[in-house]
Amino acid sequence: MVFTEQLPLNAPPTKPTAPRRTAFRDGDRVSRGWMTVVTVVMVIAAAYFLIPVLWLVIASTKSTGQLFSTPGFALADFRLFENLAALSTYDGGIFWRWGLNTIIYSVIGSAFTTLVCAATGYALAVYRFRGRQTLLAVILASMLIPGTVIAQPTYVLLVSLGLNNTYWGMLLPALVYPFGVLLCYIYAQSSVPMELVEAARLDGAGEFRIFASLGMRLMANGLVTVLLFAFLGSWNSYILPLLVLTDQELMPLTVGLTGWSQSSISIPGLQILTVVGSLVSVIPIAIVFVSLQRFWQSGLTAGGIRG
Amino acid sequence: MTAARVSPSRRRFSGAGRRVAPYVFIAPFVVLFLAFLVAPIVIAVVNSLFATRSSGLGFGGSETVFAGVDNYVVAFADSDFLTSFGRVLLFGIVQVPVMMMIAAGLALMFDSALVRGRRFFQFAVFLPYAVPGVIAALLWGFLYQPSVSPIVQGLRAIGLDADFLAPGTVLWSIANVATWSVTGINMIILFAALQTVPREMYEAARLDGAGELRIALGVKLPMIAPAILLTTLSSVIGTLQLFNEPQVMQTVTSNISSDYTPNMAIYAASTLAKNPNLASAMAVILGVATLIVSVIILRINNRATRTATDGLH
Repeated sequence: MVFTEQLPLNAPPTKPTAPRRTAFRDGDRVSRGWMTVVTVVMVIAAAYFLIPVLWLVIASTKSTGQLFSTPGFALADFRLFENLAALSTYDGGIFWRWGLNTIIYSVIGSAFTTLVCAATGYALAVYRFRGRQTLLAVILASMLIPGTVIAQPTYVLLVSLGLNNTYWGMLLPALVYPFGVLLCYIYAQSSVPMELVEAARLDGAGEFRIFASLGMRLMANGLVTVLLFAFLGSWNSYILPLLVLTDQELMPLTVGLTGWSQSSISIPGLQILTVVGSLVSVIPIAIVFVSLQRFWQSGLTAGGIRG
Repeated sequence: MTAARVSPSRRRFSGAGRRVAPYVFIAPFVVLFLAFLVAPIVIAVVNSLFATRSSGLGFGGSETVFAGVDNYVVAFADSDFLTSFGRVLLFGIVQVPVMMMIAAGLALMFDSALVRGRRFFQFAVFLPYAVPGVIAALLWGFLYQPSVSPIVQGLRAIGLDADFLAPGTVLWSIANVATWSVTGINMIILFAALQTVPREMYEAARLDGAGELRIALGVKLPMIAPAILLTTLSSVIGTLQLFNEPQVMQTVTSNISSDYTPNMAIYAASTLAKNPNLASAMAVILGVATLIVSVIILRINNRATRTATDGLH
């Protein structure tokens, strides 16, 4: 498809440097005009993307009554801590249980997913074995099958295996991540030189040790990308847990919070808890994702999604 | 002596290891792939060919009988199910191009030297992607409700009576949630692609006196065509699967039916109607439809590329 091979993996994300400055050789007037236009567009875009989040923060500090009675962006009584306390105690602190579940599904799930993808991608890049071409073709084709379409049959399968309403039922299906395998294959190809593998073999290292101590380390940048996207996939997962889990104690935040949102029609106090809960659930993932942007952005570049 | 004797045997051993190793490495993936991707597809196809009929005189017993294409006939006769396909297609035809234009426009601006405070603005555009889709739908759900929404209140203050949840507008309100969520990641992918294009590519055009806009649209965009194709394709696939946003926003409006999108119809058939066989048939139909649309997009792209290269000769 569109995936090029042999890309520098360890190259830092390129930054616009000196050559860019030469862009406006024919006078600053043109560029200044453009700069005004671009700045205006940027401010509008930032407002569109940030204001809903800003509203969430402000709304989290209000009481249920004020949520409806005060203007959306106006601060009212600062009740954030009361809201957080209510969030923690409601229904025996079920919110934190959901949070813990989400963390279990995301952290354990993405770690194992990355390991499975890394081993497969590494094998595809380093070895020539029978069935290799077939496996590659199957992986490419399976990327066109969206996970949500097979959610319902997966649910049927899990029921017949007795895995519905278990942690296993949530963790196992998430381990299949063809796009992650493809990325790992590309990373391994570009970052694991065969000479190094051969040298390690001559030193008497076993194949598994070479993978674990040499391959994984060389592929590290790319693995971070796969890890993050697998993590985000599990963190956002909704339709499968909605089908598979009926036990409240096992639900992730997404299912729990939408359940509250539905119940808030009859239980008014839940409205503000849904708002505060949403804010709390967004903060960790936003911090993780944005602070690691440098890594996964270069990983995406190296992943060869280019011409 | 000893070393000389050990070495060949070890080498022979590692040679065997080398033959077995790749299969050990791919084994977990292959097993999981068969169990949780191939098996569900087989289950869906098989289940779609059967039906559960209650037998006897209400003794609660039921039997599974071969039904051939009956479930497919039922699915295709269900006008609501067909309408849901039309709805997501309409959604995709409007939302995907609009979102892609915003993402590409922002990526081009970030790639130019014109943006001051680029890090902040990139953060702003990307942040919604870190908000889980379901939470985004809950959040916008509040912003659409007249009783809470500062947007509706603000518009009312200037004399506009906006109803984001009316039958005619709710689809576009959902489109707005989707656009808000995914523009950031698409922008980042396109931006990453733009950054890998060698700067010299633009120099020639610049020397010919082409303006920044000409270079952006005429040189830069074609250079990242593969990335645009990839993001468009995954956006279209995502559109056909639309589920989270409308499902969650059902809470705030009665104008989203339980079979508003194909995936919601599958979910409803499975949980509300308790007819897993019909749900399986619907899932197969949606899967095949997704495949067809993907192939069409890839075909169009191939033809476009070929025409473009032909033009050069």
